[in-house]
Amino acid sequence: MSLTSAHSVVAPSAISKRVAGTIIVLYALISIVPLLWIFATSFKTPPDSIAYPPKILFQPSLEGYCNLFSTRTRQTPEYINALGPATDICDETVRKRNMVIAGPSNFMPRFVNSLIIAFGSTFCAVFLGTLSAYGFSRFKVPLADDLLFFILSTRMMPPIAVAIPIYLMYREIGLSDTALGMILLYTAVNVSLAVWLLKGFIDEIPREYEEAAMIDGYTRLQAFWRTVLPQATAGIAATAIFCLIFAWNEYAFAALLTSGTAQTAPPFIPTIIGEGGQDWPAVAAGTTIFLVPILVFTILLRKQLLRGITFGAVRK
Amino acid sequence: MTEAGLTMLNRTADSVARATPEPLARKVRGISDKGLAWLFISPTILLLLAVNIFPLFWAIYLSFTNYRANRPNEVVRNVGLANYKRILGDQDIWIAMQTTAHFVFWTILLQTLIGFILAWLIDRKFRGHAFWTTIILVPMMLSPAVVGNFWRFLYEPQIGLFAYAISFATGIPATQIGMLSNVSLAPWSIVIVDTWMWTPYVMLICLAGLRSIPEYIYEAAEVDRASNWRQFWSITLPMALPFIMLAVLFRGIENFKMFDMVNLLTGGGPGSTTEVASITLKRQAFESWRTGYSSAFAIILFVAVFGLANIYVKALNKVKQR
Repeated sequence: MSLTSAHSVVAPSAISKRVAGTIIVLYALISIVPLLWIFATSFKTPPDSIAYPPKILFQPSLEGYCNLFSTRTRQTPEYINALGPATDICDETVRKRNMVIAGPSNFMPRFVNSLIIAFGSTFCAVFLGTLSAYGFSRFKVPLADDLLFFILSTRMMPPIAVAIPIYLMYREIGLSDTALGMILLYTAVNVSLAVWLLKGFIDEIPREYEEAAMIDGYTRLQAFWRTVLPQATAGIAATAIFCLIFAWNEYAFAALLTSGTAQTAPPFIPTIIGEGGQDWPAVAAGTTIFLVPILVFTILLRKQLLRGITFGAVRK
Repeated sequence: MTEAGLTMLNRTADSVARATPEPLARKVRGISDKGLAWLFISPTILLLLAVNIFPLFWAIYLSFTNYRANRPNEVVRNVGLANYKRILGDQDIWIAMQTTAHFVFWTILLQTLIGFILAWLIDRKFRGHAFWTTIILVPMMLSPAVVGNFWRFLYEPQIGLFAYAISFATGIPATQIGMLSNVSLAPWSIVIVDTWMWTPYVMLICLAGLRSIPEYIYEAAEVDRASNWRQFWSITLPMALPFIMLAVLFRGIENFKMFDMVNLLTGGGPGSTTEVASITLKRQAFESWRTGYSSAFAIILFVAVFGLANIYVKALNKVKQR
């Protein structure tokens, strides 16, 4: 839907507009504060992050990001002085706390896992979804309504309820803690969304285009490839982004079915621990990096958002 | 209203495409339309059968056994309906259901109320409304798990921003605002975060509802000199109602299943004051390893979601037809 094309309620008065605007702006500002706070925290030092009263103005530091990407060991000042000059800014930052960088942390591999699993499952879900949606949109499929309802109902199951047998099944066939297992699972969850959304998009493409192409001698398959797909590109892209966001944000399955090699970022970020409790600047840094792609997508998706979140039920 | 809607919920929705006219179909070389239809649809159905339906049946089977996933070599015994009987008599399960009901009721009430008011205000189309609407929408796109985790930081009694803001506004010392440690505040802590996160969702759907009301109805009401108040109650609200109910349906199902945000924010604690059904299920299945027992509970939850959703959809269709 378009956020700009509202109908005008019969001439709202200038005052009512101003009051409405003020309330909305206030709400927007208050609701965005937690996010701004996390962003700010990612640039604080650990002592600043737990200061009372909470610090609004502070000396920015990259310590959170350094801690996020590295593991560190505590050393004596003599040992640190004996080392050569610091090689980079992170080295310098951690040495001030009598630490040296021991190696990279698990954040990068977890982040890469998130990317692989999210993109892999999105590709599969959109691929299968496009084919099915076309099938449901253009052909007389027996029991079509029942099949569509079945596809949707798989989405209503509580994730933990699904996770119990999946956990056992994956353990049997060796898919536990593998990217392939997670891609299969997320594809299955996302394909219901993909079919429902894409069927809506393909329904909107006039079938006369394919019929004309077929009269010109194309086969059905060629007509699908040359006329329907190009027309559906925008819908496919929007659907893909919705699938991507789901897979990127998913936590329940990831936390229960992965523990090491295939673990994604959402279950990993809360486990970042510093000395004496949670290392909040590092957690905030991880959160910030994790959220940025979503913010970009939200802005890109603005106009399709409504359709996506209601499985295509509300289109305008 | 637009026919926008609700097709998905309505099983007799828009008919799924008439077949291609006969003469055309005959012209097609190679694979027939019918073959192509099955070729296109079957991979999706097969995947869902393998990853969703097969496990579901397995869970049904397990729910009649005493199987424990951490002891795979033990003999599996059929216990009949014993698991189901024990669940229905289990005090902890009933407490978890009450906690879930509290969570679902208050989140939906607050989100619908605030969401509708926001949509109603945005519909005034003040300057810059598109920009501010986008800002408001951001929280609902975030990962619930990551949101739960960082709200734990905001809720910290000494150092957290939330506690500080409340103490600043009310004068209560910040150390006493233990949103996550106080037994009577903790159930509200999850309601607050969920409301913060999902109010924009309800708002967006309500906004679509308000915009679907044709202008001429308001014009006619103006001609009849209906007051603004009257217009709101007899035009705006009834015509937006199907959309509001759709939003309630989606939020209801999602919050009934709630796991990720609560698991990271409170983990069900303190004690079991915020232990919603999914958390109980996780504790039984993956901490106590009572696989058979938890499978039975999972089936009960699934049937409950499905049943409630079906009843609700029927009501929704009635409203739509009015």
